Amino acid sequence: MGASLSEAGGQAGPAPAARQRWMSVLAKARLGELEEAWQGLDDKPAYDWLRLPEIGMVMVRARTGGTGGQFNLGQMTVTRCALRLASGEAGLGYVQGRAKRHAELAAVFDALLQDAARRPVLEQDVIAPLAAAHAARRDDRSRKANATKVNFFTLVRGENDQ
Amino acid sequence: MYVAVKGGEQAILNSHKLIAEERRGDTAVPELSLAQIKEQMQLAVDRVMTEGSLYDRDLAALAIKQAQGDLMEAIFLLRAYRTTLARFGESLPIETAGMALRRRISAAYKDLPGGQVLGPSYDYTHRLLDFALAAEEGVGAPEAESAESGIEAAIPRVTDILNHEGLIEEEIALDDAAPVGDLTREPLRFPAERDLRLQNLARGDEGFLLALGYSTQRGYGRNHPFAGEIRLGEVAVEFVPEELGFAIEIGEITVTECQMINQFAGSAERPPQFTRGYGLSFGHCERKTMAMALVDRALRARELDESIEYPAQDEEFVLYHSDNVEASGFVQHLKLPHYVDFQSELQLIRSLRKRHAQDRREAAE
Repeated sequence: MGASLSEAGGQAGPAPAARQRWMSVLAKARLGELEEAWQGLDDKPAYDWLRLPEIGMVMVRARTGGTGGQFNLGQMTVTRCALRLASGEAGLGYVQGRAKRHAELAAVFDALLQDAARRPVLEQDVIAPLAAAHAARRDDRSRKANATKVNFFTLVRGENDQ
Repeated sequence: MYVAVKGGEQAILNSHKLIAEERRGDTAVPELSLAQIKEQMQLAVDRVMTEGSLYDRDLAALAIKQAQGDLMEAIFLLRAYRTTLARFGESLPIETAGMALRRRISAAYKDLPGGQVLGPSYDYTHRLLDFALAAEEGVGAPEAESAESGIEAAIPRVTDILNHEGLIEEEIALDDAAPVGDLTREPLRFPAERDLRLQNLARGDEGFLLALGYSTQRGYGRNHPFAGEIRLGEVAVEFVPEELGFAIEIGEITVTECQMINQFAGSAERPPQFTRGYGLSFGHCERKTMAMALVDRALRARELDESIEYPAQDEEFVLYHSDNVEASGFVQHLKLPHYVDFQSELQLIRSLRKRHAQDRREAAE
């Protein structure tokens, strides 16, 4: 399994920056959105497991004062898996929480996106809407927070212009 | 003397059944769901995740339900569960400067870039019981106000503003390749450096740290604190999977951060500068992060050449007693059978009393 697992990293695949981005979008998506995207695929690929979904932890690190030396804040649950499509592409899923199906779907889309022929359509039909949905959730929270921003004004007293 | 401590099995089994019934309470009342705890007891969930040292809202909600709302018991459950999971590795350090802010206040500057964003907070409520929440028909779906636009991205930290003038000590990552201390892998040793201290405080008991922080304000290790900045929001967690060799975001977590600004007179080597204390937690644990920042600063006494006179400055005292799982275990183990110990104490006190009586008789003669 070790040798085949390293395939999941991909060798001659897309530039890391592109894959980095879509993997991050897939990890932060909601499970319901991913299921919908999966159901929306006309040709659902078959795949074999390279690594069955496995629940574990990642130690979350932070920096003293936000900018200084590192320390261990605490752990978070993470689910990972790896699989290979019948067409040969290997996909990897690393997602927060105990979320086997989420990791599986993230890995399938990661594999599909490595197929240069399918990528443009998937970027447009899956990744862009998932990223937009995440941005919309963030924007909603941010606008509600912004409504609680204090507008200080100074009361001028003791002046008598009239 | 050997005392058999067997025969309790049936009693224990029945105690389990009794606690299950008690936990359920009156069956005429609908059972609490994990989703309800997760959505409507969020601050309890946050505390359990922070002190349980595991970010997982579902598991924290389960622990709270199982513990009947006893948060310390829930924290214990989460810590115990954690030991059953493998660790995939360590994340890159989270970037709190890039936090998607939901609350950001400073008690040091009124008009600061980015402004004062109150966010969701009980600070400005009147602390009067709200009987609307007790109404039979519930509260419906309250809606928050929404501004036209969100908060601007990348709001500078208050400490960075002070840095420009050199008025505050800088926190610089001197050596990112240096190993980071980890209490889950190696036992606490003294003197403990700041990485270990912060990890200990981050999962330390809120009540204990609150009392210690309070003690520093009341004169037991006075360090003149200002709440320089408090932030609440979401940060991405970046991780480098072994198979990839480059970082991906694996999710987003909510954190609370407190930057405490403290006085410092300076030394022969250092010009007078403000010093800093740092607090960070999972979820929304503001009181905890403020207390943590006060205690973090107090524990820097050794590094800053301050005399160590008070409990909050004594790292052995603080770090050995901050963990409520350990503390609770040691205090509560007193409930376990100590029959043999007690028998020997009984023998001892009887012989002491006998000798005492003999001595008195002899003295009287």
